Amino acid sequence: MAKIIGGITTSHIPAVGNAIANNLQDDPYWKPFFDGYPKIHDWLAEKKPDVVINIYNDHGLGFFLDQMPTFAIGAAHEYKNEDEGWGIPQLDPFPGAPELSWHIIEGMVEDEFDITSCQELPVDHGFVVPMQLFWPGAPHNKDLPRAIPVSANTVIHPIPTLNRALNFGKSMRKAVQSWPEDITVVVLGTGGLSHQLDGERAGFINHDFDRMCMEKIVDTPEELTKITRMELVEKAGAQGTEFLMWMMMRGALGKKVKLLTENYHIPISNTGAGTMLLECMDD
Amino acid sequence: MDINDFDHHTHIEGTTIFDGRMAMKGYGLNKMCFAFNRADMRDAFVADPEEFMDRYGLSEAQKIAVRAKDVLGMIAEGGNIYYLAKLAGIWKLSVQDVGAQQTGVTTEEFKQKLLDQAKPEGK
Repeated sequence: MAKIIGGITTSHIPAVGNAIANNLQDDPYWKPFFDGYPKIHDWLAEKKPDVVINIYNDHGLGFFLDQMPTFAIGAAHEYKNEDEGWGIPQLDPFPGAPELSWHIIEGMVEDEFDITSCQELPVDHGFVVPMQLFWPGAPHNKDLPRAIPVSANTVIHPIPTLNRALNFGKSMRKAVQSWPEDITVVVLGTGGLSHQLDGERAGFINHDFDRMCMEKIVDTPEELTKITRMELVEKAGAQGTEFLMWMMMRGALGKKVKLLTENYHIPISNTGAGTMLLECMDD
Repeated sequence: MDINDFDHHTHIEGTTIFDGRMAMKGYGLNKMCFAFNRADMRDAFVADPEEFMDRYGLSEAQKIAVRAKDVLGMIAEGGNIYYLAKLAGIWKLSVQDVGAQQTGVTTEEFKQKLLDQAKPEGK
């Protein structure tokens, strides 16, 4: 049976893609951020997961406001990183795992989570930057797992609640675990943490709130579901709502997890950047 | 559930909640910006911005904001930052330039404000 072995969170700021493209990992501005990744590289090199479920939020490449799915799951053979209008250089396609994608979609809809299935899905920096951070050289990294992108809407309100996000992960876990092949799966929760790009409050970052979220998500994620969506906007910033992706990931990890490493740094671009590696402890 | 949960216009200082009401207002502007994912569309906008704005049916208020590269003005007229970012890219404005413009400071001052929010980490 398929097994979810752990979850990894990271910010997915476009500037990180540029820093990677320009080899700025040891630059004084970037080093405190990139220092959060070697322990995760070691863990991935040891575990070599077969599949990565990459939970991110599309930023206006894969979806427009004409048709905006609240929860979308990729079911393609490959995912192309297309032109976003600016920013990071485009990469070769990422191989998918469409049979498992469809199994997850079947399982979750059966479980009354209504999913938008995507047989084509251009992926933006939200998907690509984490892949590059965790599998350097991606998609040309021999250990790169096959990928399943999952995108949740944080572009337009109403966005899902934190409770719904956590329950999404729980439902996804059930679906993955019922896959008959003996494969291992790692789940990424990408985006955040606090930041706001728009309005007179642009540049808002909230260290204490981010730290509280990083602490509680380990053992008491249910407590975070009490945060309302408007409170999330207020405390995490308008784009800090990307924390929803972290909650979706956390729900997929089961009850008990072990925190293996974490890093938090302000600022990367306009953002409080958080990284965590959580290993699943449930049987 | 409290009915207030459905009102997304909770006042948060300096923040516009992009919901259905704003989306109705901003659809043409956002659709134009979504088109900028394509290089040929970016070129067409640069060649003739007025024609391009007409093609997407922008309102006069939206056109005024675009002509002035006024980000707060575009947001007030229903622009969504994720799409507006593509327009900012055409103008070679970084997210820090955009932040500085909206908060009335220089880009250097804005960057310093970001750095000032760092705190020593105990871990």
